[in-house]
Amino acid sequence: MVAPQRAHFDAPLRLRCGSILPAYDLVYETYGELNAAGTNAVLVCHALSGSHHVAGVYGDDPRSVGWWDNLVGPGKPLDTRKFFVVGVNNLGGCYGSTGPMSVNPATGRPWGADFPVVTVEDWVAAQGRLADHLGIQQWAAVIGGSLGGMQALQWTLEFPERIRHALVIASAPKLTAQNIAFNDVARQAILTDPDFHGGHYYEHGVVPARGLRLARMIGHITYLSDDQMAEKFGRRQRGDKLKFSYDVDFEIESYLRYQGDKFAGFFDANTYLITTKALDYFDPAGDYGGDLAAALARARAAFLLVSFTTDWRFAPERSREMVFALVHNRRDVSYAEIESSAGHDSFLLDDPHYHAVVGAYFDGIKV
Amino acid sequence: MTNVFGRFDFEVIAGWIGPGERVLDLGCGDGSLLKYLREVRAIRGYGVDNDKDNVLACIRNGVNVIQIDLERGLAGFEDGFFDHVIMSLSLQTVRHTEQMLAEMLRVGREAVVSFPNFGYKPHREAIAAGRMPVSERLPYQWYNSPNVRFFTIADFEALCAGRGIQVRERLAFDGDHPVTQDPNLNASMAVYRLGRGG
Repeated sequence: MVAPQRAHFDAPLRLRCGSILPAYDLVYETYGELNAAGTNAVLVCHALSGSHHVAGVYGDDPRSVGWWDNLVGPGKPLDTRKFFVVGVNNLGGCYGSTGPMSVNPATGRPWGADFPVVTVEDWVAAQGRLADHLGIQQWAAVIGGSLGGMQALQWTLEFPERIRHALVIASAPKLTAQNIAFNDVARQAILTDPDFHGGHYYEHGVVPARGLRLARMIGHITYLSDDQMAEKFGRRQRGDKLKFSYDVDFEIESYLRYQGDKFAGFFDANTYLITTKALDYFDPAGDYGGDLAAALARARAAFLLVSFTTDWRFAPERSREMVFALVHNRRDVSYAEIESSAGHDSFLLDDPHYHAVVGAYFDGIKV
Repeated sequence: MTNVFGRFDFEVIAGWIGPGERVLDLGCGDGSLLKYLREVRAIRGYGVDNDKDNVLACIRNGVNVIQIDLERGLAGFEDGFFDHVIMSLSLQTVRHTEQMLAEMLRVGREAVVSFPNFGYKPHREAIAAGRMPVSERLPYQWYNSPNVRFFTIADFEALCAGRGIQVRERLAFDGDHPVTQDPNLNASMAVYRLGRGG
């Protein structure tokens, strides 16, 4: 059983976009115990739709299991009997940390679309303040999948001395044009929803559910693999015969609509917009003329990179780019390419070999 | 492959590696060679293997391992980055032998290669008796062997001569005994230190 905690920060945070966030809250959870020397702390960074609720369940709801509970816990690959694990909801999020749903102190109304477009760099800077707050000088490891992996990588660049190991899973050093394109389709779905109201929909008592639903549907398609969809759904029909209408004929339509509706029911559209922009903007090599090896020269951590064979949004090739850039810089790095049919979402599943690799790596971390 | 790779081979290879060198071990198995070289030579090393269980074993051994398919070459590694590129008892499992050797000598100052000698007398006798050889160094049946190239010490040296690869040192063994007399016949395996010719 776990419970979220809240930390308030009064020191202004200068964001990459130039804005200054005068004060903010971060909601976080912890699992396990910080040892006396403070050497066993691990930060888990979430991806697009994740939160601080990484593992365990809340007392009042047995279904409220954390998003990476199969990986994090006692006796699990990231073993909370050895490590003190921290999960945090990022700035701009919709799970309690300061974000578009929070009240803008300057106006007394929700920030809405006026919340600054925060980036991976800003998140890591804020996570650094949380580490200070928790008395953690140096993380034994920072781990994340997808957008979370970008944060783990950014930690090694922003705070090279404050992280000993980075586990960068199903991630990339920057998005491809195709990836940005998918993100923009998702954003356009939200931005053109009549209920969006320029991002101030809270005041109108509505949410752009249709846009968010479409955004999730397109995202979901890209997180799965063609093979897996064929295997799971194929052309299987809902009913006995075709309807010759625009109602659901095929199982895949039903599944996607259900996933879209579910997501639109709890996630915030402004957070979705911000988070996809954070993905698009991340490109540490950008300041080095595209030279990733030069960008990673600051890193001092040891790395584990993991990719999945059928992940076409964060393809193995993107992980290999990071591997070779790290070898160039003579960093300790291991790279596993996991055979999986489940596409990008594989990183959230409990494939035994994948978990054995991550578990073996954590076992080797000295605390 | 490391299970058939005795400690004495490690010592031979360690003898050719200087302290603190950068080493790449291709087909690194469970990483024991790199672990050994780190202990005795303080090398900074990376293993390459495409077998998932070997990758896991390396991580358990605390050895850097990169899972890539060697048949796709070493494109990600830079020219001359490594002091030594090692391929111990794996060259016979690679289809593109010539390209592999060229790649090893592109990314490494020197290459260290060992392989089972198919010209070993008991192997010749097996063939003469009509069967493919199975031995300590060739523990597989023809139908389950990971080996795809079958060559002798003489074959290998002919290839090196023809491709401008300089043989800087060669040690041959029968079991763990050094062989000096007619190694192509008497040695079950050989270890080479190679450089770019000229």
